[in-house]
Amino acid sequence: MKEITITSGRMNPGIDPVLHAWGWEIPVYLFLGGLAAGILIFSAVYFLRGKADEYKFAVKIAPFSIPVLLTIGLLALFLDLTHKLYFWRLYTTIRWESPMSWGAWTLMLIFPLSVFWAASFVPDVRPGLKLPALAEKAINLLIPFRKAMAWALIVISVILGMYTGILLSAFNARPFWNTSILGPLFLVSGLSTGAAFTILLSKNEQERKAFSRIDMALIVIELFLIIHLFMGFLAGTEVHIQAAQLFLGGPYTAVFWTFVVTLGLVVPLLVEALEMNGYHLPAQLPAALVLTGGLILRFIVVDAGQSSRWLYKFMTHF
Amino acid sequence: MRYAMAIDTRRCVGCSDCVVACQTENKVPVGYCRDWIVEEMSGKYPLLSLEIRSERCNHCADAPCVRSCPTSASHYEDGGIVMVTHEECIGCKACIASCPYDARFVHPEGYVDKCTFCLHRVKDGLKPACVSVCPTHAMIFGDLDDANSEISKILQSRTHKSLIPEAGTKPHVFYLL
Repeated sequence: MKEITITSGRMNPGIDPVLHAWGWEIPVYLFLGGLAAGILIFSAVYFLRGKADEYKFAVKIAPFSIPVLLTIGLLALFLDLTHKLYFWRLYTTIRWESPMSWGAWTLMLIFPLSVFWAASFVPDVRPGLKLPALAEKAINLLIPFRKAMAWALIVISVILGMYTGILLSAFNARPFWNTSILGPLFLVSGLSTGAAFTILLSKNEQERKAFSRIDMALIVIELFLIIHLFMGFLAGTEVHIQAAQLFLGGPYTAVFWTFVVTLGLVVPLLVEALEMNGYHLPAQLPAALVLTGGLILRFIVVDAGQSSRWLYKFMTHF
Repeated sequence: MRYAMAIDTRRCVGCSDCVVACQTENKVPVGYCRDWIVEEMSGKYPLLSLEIRSERCNHCADAPCVRSCPTSASHYEDGGIVMVTHEECIGCKACIASCPYDARFVHPEGYVDKCTFCLHRVKDGLKPACVSVCPTHAMIFGDLDDANSEISKILQSRTHKSLIPEAGTKPHVFYLL
């Protein structure tokens, strides 16, 4: 048996007794970043595959949400900073080893690009809209570059979707984050929430059906990745096994398996499967569940990572 | 030059003088600390053994905080001391999340703060505040690259450990057993 006590007393705010460096701001940003990446990937991919009219909402309308989603996400990130006036330091250096640096620069690229992308669809979405001459000129300049923009968006959006997971998995100090599964898991979850966004808001039934089918595949992949996440931990070192136990009997068990896995993945999968087989169920139900599940997933992962540690695991009190 | 610290767990009595000296020397805000005392009791009564350690930033040679910093605010000084440049720190807390020793915290003024090995004193040829006040002479500070330094000699002659080297950090604080 071991009993560890910090006898000099240590109660550094945000650090003790359990690390709480990141609150609600980071999971909200990770969710919105993943969602934005998902929406942009579908928009660009189906544009390149010539389905811009078939999937009008996903290709042409959904991108208009990106500046809003990213602005809210960036605002959350900014609120999280404790030395706010120095935020511009992110852009005076490029640090290849720091995922946060990657993220800052990715956002710097994707934000204007997504605005240009959405702007190029203004004449399609709102034909006959009277625009100032200068804006009309700018849009006409953008339209010939749609194909190049689509390719660039696919690459940058995949980086955005992956990095939201890699940001956490790069911290080997927090065993629950320290798994390379988080990158692909957050990317797939981002795609799934992106598909759910279209299912929720598209007015075209064929489009909703097509995206329901895509969403089903993504949910199955996500479930598969979650199983692998825990298999990896349980086959890992002691600290990784203890990290997995937070979810297998520990404090995150109920909230994770109920809200993320059951209500966020399994139930929407079943509802979508029933719809495919002719049952009339509101398509918005699984979509709303997927979006909520995706948000809760980010909250739980950010929180649980901070509860998993290497040192002082046998600490009884301070 | 490669600065390091060795702490003799057989001499340390856990008096917390090092903690108070650091808080005074570095004007650490009230309620915060850059170093702390850990008492680790193992065994079963009456067969118990107690290890007392004065802990702080390990000034790792492969520091995850330096790696994860997006602005280069966390960096190595000459001699391998890990420092934070206040005017470059944005307070993103990536370094705090990356430190397996939980040695960092957000200073009330917004930047991230931690042990500096009293670099300002070391530059003047003095020992870090914690080392200089230790009443049992349990702490040794010096240059590992100098084979004749006190710390090099004691690390050659005594068995020692560092904290969770399996985290891959190559710590520069050693505990003599």
